[in-house]
Amino acid sequence: MTTETIINPVNQLILAVEKAESAPQLLDAVTELANFQSPEAIPTLIQVLGYNNPGAAVAATEGLIALGECAIEPLLRSLDQYNYGARAWAVRVFAGIGDIRALDLLINTAINDFSLSVRRAATKGLGSLQWHQLPSAKIITTQTQILDTLLITINDGEWVVRYASIVSLENLYQAIDISHEYLLNKIEEKLKQIITEDVEIAIQSRGKLALKKIDNKEYLI
Amino acid sequence: MNTEISITPEIAIANLNQKEDLGLRYYAAWWLGKFRIKTAIAVESLINALEDKEDRAPDGGFPLRRNAAKALGKLDDLRAVEPLIKCFECDDYYVRESAAQALEMLKDSRAIQPLINLLDNAVKDDQLTNYALDPVIGKPYLNQPYEAIIEALGTLQVKNALNLIKPFIKHPTPKIAYAAARAMYQLTHEDVYGEILVSALQGEELQLRRSALMDLGAIGYVKSAEAIGEALAENSLKLIAMKGLLEYQVKRDQDNELSTDSIKLMNIMDKLL
Repeated sequence: MTTETIINPVNQLILAVEKAESAPQLLDAVTELANFQSPEAIPTLIQVLGYNNPGAAVAATEGLIALGECAIEPLLRSLDQYNYGARAWAVRVFAGIGDIRALDLLINTAINDFSLSVRRAATKGLGSLQWHQLPSAKIITTQTQILDTLLITINDGEWVVRYASIVSLENLYQAIDISHEYLLNKIEEKLKQIITEDVEIAIQSRGKLALKKIDNKEYLI
Repeated sequence: MNTEISITPEIAIANLNQKEDLGLRYYAAWWLGKFRIKTAIAVESLINALEDKEDRAPDGGFPLRRNAAKALGKLDDLRAVEPLIKCFECDDYYVRESAAQALEMLKDSRAIQPLINLLDNAVKDDQLTNYALDPVIGKPYLNQPYEAIIEALGTLQVKNALNLIKPFIKHPTPKIAYAAARAMYQLTHEDVYGEILVSALQGEELQLRRSALMDLGAIGYVKSAEAIGEALAENSLKLIAMKGLLEYQVKRDQDNELSTDSIKLMNIMDKLL
């Protein structure tokens, strides 16, 4: 009992992050802190997103995603002070957790962000939101809003954003209640169009796979 | 303010053909390639620029020729083939390198023998010679742009260059060794060469891991998928490499039907998004 108050491992790990003197040291310290999975680590992990150290930011992002919902509020509060790079990492965290509170940010980022890897992450996040967080009356309007967004991102100039859009359309299809046939048909039509019209083999193939998964039948052109 | 928008193909060509402002010419050559201006006049102007004598670097090099060669690689105009081959005679290492890269992109078989000739003196009794190993005295480069030459020979499917390429797998410059492994795989489809690149994904330096990723994507070595997924590098690059694998696999799939291998590749890609 007494040892717990003297040696608090989280504080030690936090201290190690703050005292790291080189990039590899920082990466090790952040990885350990992230793996510890303590909510007390959240402020420090959030800080690391702003350090301009990609390795450490990846570790912090993964740690925050694993911590889940409890990371959302503090992260939303930090956004205003963030520079572009840190915001991009934050978007990845929001996308990974899929929290509804970040919905507007994800929609806006998926369509407008200047970096393709951030658009990619946001687009992917839109397909895997925590639907149970929504009151049932709001689910279908939100899903319609997301479908409208994905029908924009599916035209992105970068193949990888289009790829992420297909993955999200597939996930959205699975999430939409079968009574909303109109929305489901719209997704299916879009996927059928992509497998014949997109110039990239990778996109056509992912479209086929999505159709296969939602229809659970083979697709031949 | 974006200069890329304010410039037009006509302006770029005029800039390239004037002689007063060397900086403008240099930029124009790059621009015509970047925006793939494939008109006859653009191609002809760039071909002329391959013989430029005005624009000289402090080391005696020809910066405009380098840019013009790079641009011509992107324009798919086979009239550039012979002039690019002639660049191999240039004293400037970087002009020869750019020309080899451009010829790789143009994929014209006339480049094959001249590329092989650049490997003269590099291999003796199946071993690399000092000529292939030692840098030019006082310079950061070797006698020939081996990485570019070997990659071009691999892309051009020059099977009779196998014995010349293979010794380069042991070259101490990692990127040259990777280029050799990549070309050997393209020429033989033997896994042992793909696996050399897979081991390179474990390398210490991020730059080299990235390079191996791009090589694996370019040769479509499907068995590297898991290793790519786990490599320590940016997901953006891993996705590009995986896309290369997927394209390769889909082309081999029968009857337009997705194979389980293709589906496996996409499952890995989904996790990288």
